[in-house]
Order: sequence, then C-alpha cells, then structure tokens
Amino acid sequence: MYNFEVEKPTSIADAVAALGAEEAQALGGGQTLIPTLKQRLASPSKLVSLSGIAEMQGVRLEAGTVCIGGATPHGVVASEAAAAYPALAALAGKIGDPAVRNRGTIGGSLANNDPAACYPAAALASGAVIVTNAREIAADDFFDGLFTTVLEEGEIVTEVRLPVPEVANYQKFVQPASRFALVGVFVAKFAGAVRVAVTGASEEGVFRWSEAEAALSRNFSADALEGLSVAPEGMMADIHGSKAYRAHLIAVLTKRAVAAAA
Amino acid sequence: MPKDSDQIDSGIGASPKRREDVRFLTGTGNYTDDINLNGQAYVYFLRSDVAHGRIVSIDTSDAAAMPGVVQIFTGADFESVGGIPCGWQITDKHGEVMQEPAHPVLAQGKVRYVGDAIAAVVADSLEQARDAAEAIMLDIEELPAVIDMKAALKEGATKVHDDLTSNLCYDWGFVEENKPAVEEAFAKAAHVTTLELVNNRLIANPMEPRVALGDFNRATGDSTLYTTSQNPHVIRLLMGAFVLGIPEHKLRVIAPDVGGGFGTKIFHYAEEAFCTFAAKALNRAVKWTSSRSEAFISDAHGRDHVTTIQLALDSDNNFTALRTDTHANMGAYLSTFAPSVPTWLHGTLMAGNYKTPLIYVNVKAVFTNTVPVDAYRGAGRPEATFQLERVIDKAARELGVDPIALRRQNFITEFPYATPVAVEYDTGDYNATMDKLEEIADLSGFAARRAKSEASGRVRGLGVNCYIEACGIAPSNLVGQLGARAGLYESATVRVNATGGLVVMTGSHSHGQGHETSFPQVIAEMIGIDESMVEIVHGDTANTPMGMGTYGSRSLAVGGSAMVRATEKIIAKAKKIAAHILEASDADIELKDGQFSVAGTDKSLAWGDVTLAAYVPHNYPLEDIEPGLEETAFYDPANFTYPSGAYACEVELDPETGKVSIERFAAADDFGNIVNPMIVDGQVHGGIGQGIGQALLEAAVYNEDGQLLSASYMDYAMPRADDLPFYQVDHSCQTPCTHNPLGVKGCGEAGAIGSPPAVVNAVVDALQSMGKDVTHIDMPLSPARVWAAMNG
Repeated sequence: MYNFEVEKPTSIADAVAALGAEEAQALGGGQTLIPTLKQRLASPSKLVSLSGIAEMQGVRLEAGTVCIGGATPHGVVASEAAAAYPALAALAGKIGDPAVRNRGTIGGSLANNDPAACYPAAALASGAVIVTNAREIAADDFFDGLFTTVLEEGEIVTEVRLPVPEVANYQKFVQPASRFALVGVFVAKFAGAVRVAVTGASEEGVFRWSEAEAALSRNFSADALEGLSVAPEGMMADIHGSKAYRAHLIAVLTKRAVAAAA
Repeated sequence: MPKDSDQIDSGIGASPKRREDVRFLTGTGNYTDDINLNGQAYVYFLRSDVAHGRIVSIDTSDAAAMPGVVQIFTGADFESVGGIPCGWQITDKHGEVMQEPAHPVLAQGKVRYVGDAIAAVVADSLEQARDAAEAIMLDIEELPAVIDMKAALKEGATKVHDDLTSNLCYDWGFVEENKPAVEEAFAKAAHVTTLELVNNRLIANPMEPRVALGDFNRATGDSTLYTTSQNPHVIRLLMGAFVLGIPEHKLRVIAPDVGGGFGTKIFHYAEEAFCTFAAKALNRAVKWTSSRSEAFISDAHGRDHVTTIQLALDSDNNFTALRTDTHANMGAYLSTFAPSVPTWLHGTLMAGNYKTPLIYVNVKAVFTNTVPVDAYRGAGRPEATFQLERVIDKAARELGVDPIALRRQNFITEFPYATPVAVEYDTGDYNATMDKLEEIADLSGFAARRAKSEASGRVRGLGVNCYIEACGIAPSNLVGQLGARAGLYESATVRVNATGGLVVMTGSHSHGQGHETSFPQVIAEMIGIDESMVEIVHGDTANTPMGMGTYGSRSLAVGGSAMVRATEKIIAKAKKIAAHILEASDADIELKDGQFSVAGTDKSLAWGDVTLAAYVPHNYPLEDIEPGLEETAFYDPANFTYPSGAYACEVELDPETGKVSIERFAAADDFGNIVNPMIVDGQVHGGIGQGIGQALLEAAVYNEDGQLLSASYMDYAMPRADDLPFYQVDHSCQTPCTHNPLGVKGCGEAGAIGSPPAVVNAVVDALQSMGKDVTHIDMPLSPARVWAAMNG
C-alpha cells in the first residue's frame, strides 16, 4: 500500500472534522478498503477510523425498530439482534467468515454498496432509515447503483434504523468462490405491505421486486408468486452465472424466503 | 472397519501421529519466508498486464533514482545468461523433436502472458521496490492474444513465439504403429461411444506461496538459494548448470519446511534464478516472496486438456479399441516437465483397468498466451482417468447396461499385464477393490437413499469409477529414451551415531507428506529399535545425497527403497562388527528387536554396543572393515508401481437451482503394503478434496484478451470443509508391488485422480434419473452450469 496518515477519533464530530482533509477516507471495518489499499488501488492521504467512536456502536430496540450503530460489526448484530429481528441477525451471521464478521461493519457495508453484499437487501426490504452525521435518508433513496450511494464526500453512516417486520427471511445463494450473494433475496412482511429486496443480481445493484411485493401483499404465500419472473435483461453476468440464471434464482429464492417466513 | 493399525503399535503398519505436525501446528516451522539474512534486499517483479505485446522500450531511469532502489534489472541484463530449461523433450509422430522456445529469466522482445516478468526492481524494502516499479516507463505495443488452443493452430494464427514455425509444440501419436489396427477395430465395432470433454485448467494454490532468497558469499564465491521447492537437487542442477553456469559445488539449494506443493513447486522458476543471480551481482542477499495475487499469474497452472475420446465395443460389450484426440495447453513457455504430462504421463495410462487390446492416443501440445501449464497432483493421469471413466459410463448408459458390470466384464484379471500403451502392470486385483467399494459405499442401500432424497425434493445420483495410476516413474534408462533429461532414481544416506541413533539423509522432500514420521517407521522395523531413534534430514543439497525429490507419488516407493538398501548395508556391516565381538561367524548373527545374537546360543549384543564399537573401534576387525557406520544407496526402480482402486460418489441435486452437494464418497484403494495407514488416509482425503474441487468448483478462466478472470479467491473457488463429505476410505485390498523391497505403491495422487469422474458420473446419473437428456457437463459442475444443462 501507499503511505497514509491514520486518525482514530472518539466522536462523530471529530471524525467529520478529520474527514474534511483532502483525500481523506473513512475506514469502517476495512474488509473492502484494506485489501484495496494492499493492491495499491486506492491512495487516500488519511484514513479516519470509525471504530473508536462509542456512539456508533451497539444494537438497541426502540419502538419496534432495531437501531444499529454504524460502526457495529456483523458479529455483534448476529448475536444482539437475534431476539428482536431474527432474519436480520441470521443474515449478519452468514456474512463472510468469523474474521470478517468481527471487523466488518453495517455502516461500511451500506456505504460501500457492493452489488453482491447482503446488508443492502436487509436495509431496503426493511424500509430502513440510514442516519448520517448530517441527515436521515430512507433506504429507498440511499442506494444509487453499483458501489454508489447518495452519501456526500465525508458523510458518515452513524446509525441504521430498521423497522422490524411481522415476519421476514433472507435467502442467500452463494457465489461459489467469494461466497458473496450470487443472488440474495430479503422478504419482509409488514402490516399492510410486503417488501422484497434483491441483491447480487442486477446491474443497478440492490433493487425491490415490485411485482412480487404486490402479489405477496395480497397473499403472503409462495403460491402467490407462481408465474412471476424477473426479466434477464439488466441482470449481471459473469463466470459464475448468466443473466438468465440470476433472474431464475430470484424467483426461486423469493419463494423460499416466503415459505421460510410464513 | 477396524483399522489395520489397531493391532500394530510401532514400525510398519502403525499409525503414530505425525511428528512434524507439532511444529507445523504450533507456528514453529521454518518456512523460506521465515528466513531473513543480514542486509537482505527485496525484489519486486514488474509483470505484464497484457497477454501479448512487443516491448518497444523500458525506461528505468526515473525509477532507478527512487529512494531505496539498489538496482533495476531487465531482460537485457540476462542476454548472456541461459534461459529457463525444459526437462523433457518429446519426439512427435513424424519423428521430429518438439518446438522448444527460448524462456528468458526476464522478458526479452515480447511479453507472452499476463504475469510475464518484465523488470525486477531490487530495493532496501519491498514497498520501495513497488514504488519504483510504478515509475518504470514502459512502452508495450499490444498484439492479438492467442488463447483458444484450436484457434491457435489455425493457419495464419498469431504466433506466441515468432521464431517457431507455428503454435504447435508437438503432435504426438501413441502408439503410432497401432493406428491402422485401431481404425480397423472401429470400423468393425458393434457400438462406438464418443465423448467430447474439457479437463479444466486449475491453479494449485498451495497454502504457502512461492519464496526465493538468494545469497552470495564474496569470500568463498559460494551461492546459496533458499526456495520453496519439492526437489532442491533438481533446482541446483537445472539452475546451476543450465541457467547461471554455477557448478554444483559452489551452489547450495535449501528447501526448508515447504507448505504444500501439489506439483507446482517441482519446477525451476525464473524468480529462483533471478534471486541467485542478483545476490551475486549485488553482493547482497535478495528475497522475493510471492503475493497471493502474484501466485495466480506466476505459478504454473495444471490440466487444461480438450479431448475427444471414442470407445469401440463388440456385440458382447467387450472393449475392442479406444482412440483419443487431445489438445493440451502448454501456456506461453515450456515449464520444466510440461511436455511429459500430456504424453508419457497420460497416454501410457489410457488402458486404465481394462483389457482393451488396441489404443491410439493423439496429443497436440499448443502454445498460448497464458501462464505455463505443468504437472499438478496426478499430472496426466487424472486427465486419462477422467476421459476413460466418463466414456465408459456413457457407453453403459447408451447400451443400457450396469456401469459396474460393464467395467467388471472388461477388467484385466491376470498379472503381470502388458498394456497396448507400453507399460506392464505388475500386480492388481480390480474385482477385489470393486467388491470392497460396493461394501463400504453401501451401494445396495442407494435405492433407499434415492427415495429419501426424492421425498425431500432432491435428486440423488450415484457415480462409480475405477482408476489406475503409475507412480514412481522409472527406470532411468527407459525415461531417458522417452525424452527425460534426468534420471529418476532416489538416494539415501543412513548415518548411525555412536550411541545408536540414526540420521537418514534422503533425496526425497517432504512438503506435507509426513516423511519424517513414516520413514523412521521403516528403519525402526528393520533394526528393531524405537522410531524416536531415527531422524530424517531432507531439503538441503549440502546435507543430502543427490536425489530427484518428491512428486509423482514416488517418495516411499523409490526414496524409501533407497533407504531400505542403505539400511541393509548398515545391518550387514553391523553384523560383521557383532560377529567379531561375539567371536562368531557373521553368517550366524541374527538381528532382532535391536539385539544381535549368535544363532543357537544365548550370546547377544545390543544395537548400541555395536554402534559404539564402530566409532570406538578398540575391539574391532580393523583389518577387514573400516570404522564408522554410514552407508549410502541409490535406487533405480525396475518399473513404475501401479496403484488402483474404485471410487463411488453420491450427490444430491437441487432441481430448482442446479446446486450439487456431495452426500457420500467412498474410496477403495490398493496401495500394496502400507507403512502408516493414518498418513495414507490423509493423503487420500486430501486428494479427494482436490478432485472434488476440480469437479465442482475450480476453474482458471481466461477471457479472449488473455486476462485471467479467476485471478483471486473472489472468483477462483477453492473447496472448503463444508463442500466436502465425510469419506469412507479403505485400503485393505493389497497386492504388493513385486519389484521394490517394501512392496509399496504410491498414494499421494490417487484421490485426485480417481475422484473427478465419480462426481461427474453421479451428477449425470441424477439428471438422467429426472428424465433429462444430459450426457455430459464440463467441469466444474457449478450450479449455473448444471442448471443450464438441465434447461438446455
């Protein structure tokens, strides 16, 4: 890697100030950024570690919403959200391996918006609110294509607030090498509406499958999805799966998620 | 099944825990990267990021002025130095020798694959070297890349090497004289089964990446290379004699603890020559440690064959002839043993376990703009086995006969058996291993298991196959005729110390095989002493006799035999010493349980008394024999050994996603006599793991521009623990090798050779049981590929 400065502030305000420096870069758990630096594919002047900020740590339940500090590692979510939001905890518990789960954070994952990451599906399906140092952003407005979000330069995800559905389930079909989601589908049933978010599949990144949501809102059963399919156009294709295969998996996994949740 | 070791607590047949594991598992091993020399510099190789290009200019002037830079080397610095040699010359079907391109240490004129080293930056630190490498001004005129083998052979195709006549390395026919008879047999056949298949390109991925550390002593003029090698003597000879012109007595090669090889650490690599050369040029130790990313594009790859195989049968389903047409990828340059893999290590195995009387194998080896391809666990034998066992399975399905019965009907049953592909199997009992397989795999319970899977929405398939392999490649005079530029003997020096302990210096090399545990079991058994009295030394050319190293499952069969011969000499001499002290004739001396005794008397002498006498020769037959107790033996085997076996795989298929999971895997192997059953189990387990990796997960994939798409673990899928089932492994069927003193065969590669066809046969079985007209899917059988085949 190239040389850089490191700062480890203990408050959000100090972190924001530190990120004001030219070419400064926030460092969450580093599960994407550190390998990128090691390959010399990024050259920030300064890394601002968010791991020392106490107010960005931890999981709490507040009026039917799970609130997770932006710097909370996946492993903590897997254990501490298990009672309040089991589907979310199960998702967190299957990201990467134990080393990744002990370092990687929910804020880092959402800000990075890897098109095959798991957390964006949970945030979008839950109708989460992403809280930053500057504002609150609805998940529906947050994601903006591959590796892109509406976050401004220097803006930090400080907390993620996920309304807890009546029932929910996440189905992840792993890419054989990376074990990221080749396709992942998160189904969340709220009173009155069902939300279905798909990761891993689309060239646009995480998205909601509105036809499935409409059908499931009328009848929350796998049968309601019979005959529904996603068009292969716009899906990603690589050595692990074609567009058609990804589109097919979306329908299969959505049914499985509904069956598991119902 | 009770382990054969249950009744045996020491010596041959026992399963003591691996003594080397204490250091490997507690972080006290000494790997090459653990070695750091005073004042060492670091080298970073600037590698080509295009697959094919003409080097217009390399300007290192800015880079050379960067902080910490010691010197920057390019191809021009190696113009007076030899290139990387190839250790095997193939003669083609027209009697012509293969095309053998120059292989410079650093690229000269052209770059020929992504990863080809263009410049080497030596600096005080690795980061400084990398910084400077980025400042090298490189002008490369990109040329069209040649990636597909068949396209590479077309008229007018871009040439990888401008000075060769084409991209064809050789066109090998085997056995050429058989060809008319084979054609005739096909013309008369009652049934012909044809199968086109790909043996997927693999990357070995040993846990320890390659490392080279060159050192030079200005006072003595001695060079030393520490390297991650399976055969330090071979590296010393190849690099010393053919690349750098350093005589062996001025060059020492040390391969200390090595964290896995799987073939890819056999070869002599340019980085080794560079570090040795640069250490002398700079009078400073120079170290290179491969990053994992670098390993993907600089370690030799494996496999990569494209084959059409045809099997002819008569109306009684007897195999009457076999012919194959294979394209084998050599990559951009010839790696050390690359030409031998698709030829002598592949064509000679095409008879398999069957008495097919007529066989013709054609192999076209092709240069492409990809990483060089060479031996990987099994090397040629997995490719042979996969074709043969897949085509037999397809034939059985076409004919509507039981695939096991079809195999049994065509088994070779009489030994020795001379195949039509130039080898003679000494022993084997293929019905015995198949019987054992049917038992341990519980094949009679398959129907019930299939019904149970079906009830849960899954489709179960069963795949069975046999394999034969040839280990301990030999004898030297024969392999010389076949084009090997090396002998294939092995050596051992047994040094007995005054107080009775032994040190065995072997030319074999252990990089995970457990030699330090299993070799002492043999010596301890021969003398009747405890294994703890025997220590194994390997991996240092200064401390071991010239030996050819470890690959091709040869260490116990060849290296162990050398050790036995040397120990026999020790025992013979020790008996003379004992006879002198006991005042008896040496013919009357018996050695048992570490005691020398005079037959028919109660006179005896302990092992330690005799060894002490050898070094304190007061009461000693000095007029007849020398003091001391140290003997060396070189062993050149009369033949290969031929392990064989039968494997069964049961898979469950998710019909909605195409995902395959391996539910059961059974292996019944015949390895002849066995020294350490636990280590043999482990070798088979690891081999099956790699075979399942090839069958389900692994693939080195290039795009048409020659970029490696699977260049990291993000895209190259290695098998993990939860991809693998618990195995039923049995090696109680034992037909001992007839020509080596231990009666042993080889077990290191069997699992990787025998398992891929079982997996593919099982998946095809599952798909056909669903009514799908799928006769073959190319490996790896990823969910996407299986789904596509199901919906094709």
